[in-house]
Amino acid sequence: MTTVREAPGPERRAHPSLDELRAEALAAGRRPRRFGSWYVTEHILRAMRAYGWTIVVGALGQPLVYLFGLAVGLAALIRQEIPVGGGSVSYLVFVAPALLMTATIAVASEEFTYPVMAGFKWRRYFYGFNASALSSPQIANGVAIAASARMLFAGAAYYMFIWAFGAVFPLVTVPAPATGWIAVPVGLLAGLAFGMPLMAYAASLHEDRGQFALVQRFVFMPMFLFSGTFYPLETLPWWLQWIGWISPLWHATQVGRMATFGAPVDGALLAVHVGYLVLLALGGYLLARRIFTRRLAR
Amino acid sequence: MKSYPVKGKPDFLAVDGLDFEVASGESFGLLGPNGAGKSTTMRMIGAVSTRTSGELEILGLDPDRHGPEIRSRLGVVPQEDNLDGELNARENLYVYGRYFGLPGRVCAQKADELLVFAQLEDKAKNKVDQLSGGMKRRLTIARGLINDPRILLLDEPTTGLDPQARHILWDRLFRLKERGTTLVLTTHYMDEAEQLCDRLVVVDKGRIMAQGTPAALIREHSSREVAEVRFGSEHNERIARRLAGFGERVEVLPDRILVYAHDGESVLARITEAGLQPLTSLVRRSSLEDVFLRLTGRSLIE
Repeated sequence: MTTVREAPGPERRAHPSLDELRAEALAAGRRPRRFGSWYVTEHILRAMRAYGWTIVVGALGQPLVYLFGLAVGLAALIRQEIPVGGGSVSYLVFVAPALLMTATIAVASEEFTYPVMAGFKWRRYFYGFNASALSSPQIANGVAIAASARMLFAGAAYYMFIWAFGAVFPLVTVPAPATGWIAVPVGLLAGLAFGMPLMAYAASLHEDRGQFALVQRFVFMPMFLFSGTFYPLETLPWWLQWIGWISPLWHATQVGRMATFGAPVDGALLAVHVGYLVLLALGGYLLARRIFTRRLAR
Repeated sequence: MKSYPVKGKPDFLAVDGLDFEVASGESFGLLGPNGAGKSTTMRMIGAVSTRTSGELEILGLDPDRHGPEIRSRLGVVPQEDNLDGELNARENLYVYGRYFGLPGRVCAQKADELLVFAQLEDKAKNKVDQLSGGMKRRLTIARGLINDPRILLLDEPTTGLDPQARHILWDRLFRLKERGTTLVLTTHYMDEAEQLCDRLVVVDKGRIMAQGTPAALIREHSSREVAEVRFGSEHNERIARRLAGFGERVEVLPDRILVYAHDGESVLARITEAGLQPLTSLVRRSSLEDVFLRLTGRSLIE
């Protein structure tokens, strides 16, 4: 025989009036209305621990492999300095900020695709969130904030590695140490510029027909290869340079290069770079929010 | 009312003018076949799905304006479990409590209490994916109670559960009802509706076909007893015509004939007197199943 216990709950009036019920609901809704986005963030970060190992290994291992591979392999081959503005920098210094931006964008391409599909379709936990006191925009916010935390971690880890590399090999990897760290928040912005529209797209999908793999192959990869990541954009023929101009990676990389080694970028162009990234992130966010709200209210 | 756009056709009306009120502390059921509009109605009462037109008030508030406030006092048990499979049973309860702005300490304490309530205390550290269907269901109900809701919404709470698991669930719901929690549930199981609901509405194609207490519905729409006879599926149709005058009403199902009458035994006697030899026969009390059949011409589980 199992012993049966009462369902827990504080003492309360068993037969409240409608006015009492209404007042109770209005009071209970206050905290979730204010902090709901953070509750979602808390949940997602907690769930990330299930694949926390992948996150840590990815964030620490990827820069190690890339930098090592480039430093020992490619950079050894490319002894020629890369001309930047009036001066020139070593190849490793030139690619490092671009790799950092790529890393945060790669995190975005993970966090804003399959987990969003899972929330709406495979596991449907967004519907669970939405049945509680949370609103749909708060769910979108929580997904974005949790992913931002991971992107920030990935970006910061990359930056540390770039430094560490300089110490181990005795090289100057960050010639402009005073502003170099700015590359990390720019990395976050790059991730959001790429990730927010992607989140909107993922939220709009009702079936998985391999779209995310296509995004990886036909959006992420070309962007990675043609955004002046491994060589200055101007090296490309003019009819390929447009890829850089629409690519958040290129705009972010340009700002990153300015931060880590003082690549000359004039004020108007800097505004274009940052403005474009903000525009993508903000536009994507608003769209995603709308799609979340519509889909959850069906 | 709730309609969905359909390509190239007039909008699909999932819920078409349902009109009812549920009193505080009442246990209220929506009964109907699959696709009757029950789940859509539940999502509207849950202040999640927006209505296309009409009026709706929950806890005295308009869900369009006060969704989070209403939902903060609701417990929801959806038809499809949407627990987070990456968290364990206890964590699922804990994080859900946080959604209502409860402090972490309170969530932890409530999570432990509710694990006991759901008889899952030894599964606390198990990942949700390792739990059986019945356990997940109980965990989902426990999750719905983390905020001490005034109203508990249950959409097909026992579908897919074995009889034992269903009885455990019913027992838990009874306890909540005794504590004054308002229950609103949908089901297509008649016994469940009879067990749990003070009052119910029978819904089909987004409309109310009848409403009342289970007993009153049976009294109003069916006879006291039913004689069920089987002659083999190829003969039922033909023989049913001969049974026309034997009761108040005769209903032919693919596998059996139902004869509605005040006294089922005497119907059986007359059938035998008429020289008919049913393969099997039984007499039972009328149930909500019969009410539904009468009102819609269809059985609930098709």
